Amino acid sequence: MKTKILVIGRHPQIVSVLFRLINQNPDWVGTSAATDEEAMALFEQEAYDLVLLSSGIEEASENKLRTFFLKQNPTIIIVQHYGGGSGLLTGEILQAMENRKV
Amino acid sequence: MERKDFLKKGLLGTGMLVTASALGNVVKSDKEKEKNIEQLGFNHIPHTNSKIMANTVLHKADTRGHANHGWLDSHHTFSFANYYNPERMSFGVLRVLNDDRVDPGMGFGKHPHDNMEIISIALEGDLEHKDSMGNTAVIKKGDVQVMSAGTGIYHSEYNRNEDQLTKFLQIWVFPNKKNVTPRYDQISLDVKDRHNTLQQVLSPDANDEGVWIHQDAWFHMGDFDKDFETDYKIKKQGNGVYAFILSGDVEINGTLLNTRDGLGIWDVDTLHIKANSKAELLLMEVPMKIN
Repeated sequence: MKTKILVIGRHPQIVSVLFRLINQNPDWVGTSAATDEEAMALFEQEAYDLVLLSSGIEEASENKLRTFFLKQNPTIIIVQHYGGGSGLLTGEILQAMENRKV
Repeated sequence: MERKDFLKKGLLGTGMLVTASALGNVVKSDKEKEKNIEQLGFNHIPHTNSKIMANTVLHKADTRGHANHGWLDSHHTFSFANYYNPERMSFGVLRVLNDDRVDPGMGFGKHPHDNMEIISIALEGDLEHKDSMGNTAVIKKGDVQVMSAGTGIYHSEYNRNEDQLTKFLQIWVFPNKKNVTPRYDQISLDVKDRHNTLQQVLSPDANDEGVWIHQDAWFHMGDFDKDFETDYKIKKQGNGVYAFILSGDVEINGTLLNTRDGLGIWDVDTLHIKANSKAELLLMEVPMKIN
């Protein structure tokens, strides 16, 4: 079964790159959202395994999103993405998934 | 595990994101770049034999990740791009240390970054930088370039020379605050000023020597004669130091290091450094906890 990943970020080009990179991996399937409302609506519709927080999300929004996601699914993995591209993405996701197995 | 967790073992990595230009001087798109890199397949050689002791981690040069994309040959001290080694994820906030060689006329096409302090140190040849803030510049040996990616930036890095390799270090440091306004800076340093001394090339303070970044980090470079000895005193309590040997044989706190070896040390106040041959090195003092 593919790992379902929700990418959230305010920078459209960077979110687009992350979305494309995630969906290039045969084991992952990604969806992207630009706003909190869009992200929360998607999260209610789909059982995601991991949420990736990209750039530009204000602290208040991040706190709101984390609270919402964890309330909906206490085991959801929430990862703060750094770097904005392929450099760290694979490591971030694989490390988060490995840590969940422990 | 959240990034805030202390990655005491943290350790090496990789990477690249990027682009080549196989057609003359034309830089390819991000999609083409990624496709090309993928087609080259299993060219990352993972190594797991980090030597982790009580307060040091030793990364021998030949245990680094390696990606040879033809135009780009990169050795990764820490996990990067397709090279993933869970034991080599970072040294504190030092997340990426890539040792790159770029062929003449080739380079990294336009690609994005966010929330990262990105430092490039030119070792040989020239590297042309262009970014979405309108900056165009060339760095050469002795120059240090820094970008705070913050909320998002696009840039390209390109070897414009048709007959000379470019060699440079690409270093990524986690910022101490997210979503800062993107910025670019570079500085030219006289390499003679690091002869038998440690020349500061980076700090957290815009008014201090070298470039500055959004992190409590200090970088120094040294070019030592054989048998030269010196001490480095930690500038901020709790920080660790990652030493990277650019050339030669060096002994740091009793550990012997050779060209391109890396040594991370924490829980110390001072490093004693001795050059066992003519040697060049880079010291990176960084916080050991990620904000």
